[in-house]
Amino acid sequence: MENLINIFVKSIFIDNMVFAYFLGMCSYLAVSKTVKTSVGLGIAVVFVLGITVPIDYLIHNFLLKKGALVWLGERFVDVDLSFLSFIMFIAVIASMVQLVEMVIEKFSPALYYSLGIFLPLIAVNCAILGGSLFMQQREYHNIAEATSFGLGSGIGFFLAIVGIAAIREKIRYSNVPPPLRGLGITFIITGLMGIAFMSFMGFKL
Amino acid sequence: MKDREPLFSSKNLKLLTNPLNDDNPITVQVLGICSALAITAKLEPAIVMTFSVVVVLSVSNVVISLLRNYIPPRIRIIVQLTVVASMVILVDQFLKAFAYDVSKQLSVFVGLIITNCIIMGRLEAFAMTNKPWPSFLDGIGNAAGYGVILVIVGFFRELLGSGELFGWPIMEKLGIYNIGYEDNGLMILPPMALMVVGVIIWVQRAKNRELIEDK
Repeated sequence: MENLINIFVKSIFIDNMVFAYFLGMCSYLAVSKTVKTSVGLGIAVVFVLGITVPIDYLIHNFLLKKGALVWLGERFVDVDLSFLSFIMFIAVIASMVQLVEMVIEKFSPALYYSLGIFLPLIAVNCAILGGSLFMQQREYHNIAEATSFGLGSGIGFFLAIVGIAAIREKIRYSNVPPPLRGLGITFIITGLMGIAFMSFMGFKL
Repeated sequence: MKDREPLFSSKNLKLLTNPLNDDNPITVQVLGICSALAITAKLEPAIVMTFSVVVVLSVSNVVISLLRNYIPPRIRIIVQLTVVASMVILVDQFLKAFAYDVSKQLSVFVGLIITNCIIMGRLEAFAMTNKPWPSFLDGIGNAAGYGVILVIVGFFRELLGSGELFGWPIMEKLGIYNIGYEDNGLMILPPMALMVVGVIIWVQRAKNRELIEDK
């Protein structure tokens, strides 16, 4: 249990998807104009990451990893399908996103229209695929660890995007040099937030 | 019959050169930021990444453009992802075989080319509605525009952060340390990549006022 909390907190603050690895920057920059839409996108990302990382964990450990197919019989002990992992992961992600899209359309049409094109684009949000690839690289021991990593990364992204959206709403009232307006200042603020998040780095959990 | 357009007509050349500056994928279209920032602490991975993206983007642009009349619109995203994912697997295996060290440094970011928004964005916005040859040029142009930013950021971060270029200690050889200069370790850390891109955007927009956003 302690281990799970450890991974959870670590993936929110220390290995934050946005500030430490720059994953999901595209939607992070594009949807962060108002707090309301960014909350919607953040929740969708938490949800999709929380589902896809454990599923991809199972796929990786029972289908793709070297020796993973041993449950089919002794003959398969040397089979290594891990070169297929990109295409398998992206297929899982794309179908999950389709599912989330249908659920949101049914239960919250307002959110559905405000997210617009960015909902299907979660499929190509690097944070989602990145979550699965980091899970594969870090070799978590069981599915509970993978799930808490997935949820933690999602919440990290949520915090980051809501934070920047709140700052951007306020910065509209200040006098930014014209060439920096919009995109430029957002980059620089994100950099500053990244430096702030780096202060978590020293924590040993 | 219409006359065939020459291969490098001015319209086609524009496809190639526009993304380098006025229509740059990173600073203007805001696509493909993720990988652009994460792998630019050194120049070498930045260049390897550029070449990988050139290959993936140009080839998948051509493939999708050839298939564009046969893809049902409802499932086009899955089809595009499959094409891109297969190309990325090829590039990944190639890098593992011939440039293992760099492929270790790039770690998950080779795989993340699949979800690089430049690729999906160009497939969606250009290859789905254009012929293969312009799509090919558009692919090369956009990947090069992406590469230019990568190389600029990588250059400054490696030079100021560790005083080297391609791992060669240029600052030491020039004797700059002797006059009291020190490397700025902050440049290697992730947040500085954002700052450098922010400054590049500033410079570009200050030169080309048309790009300035309204409030």
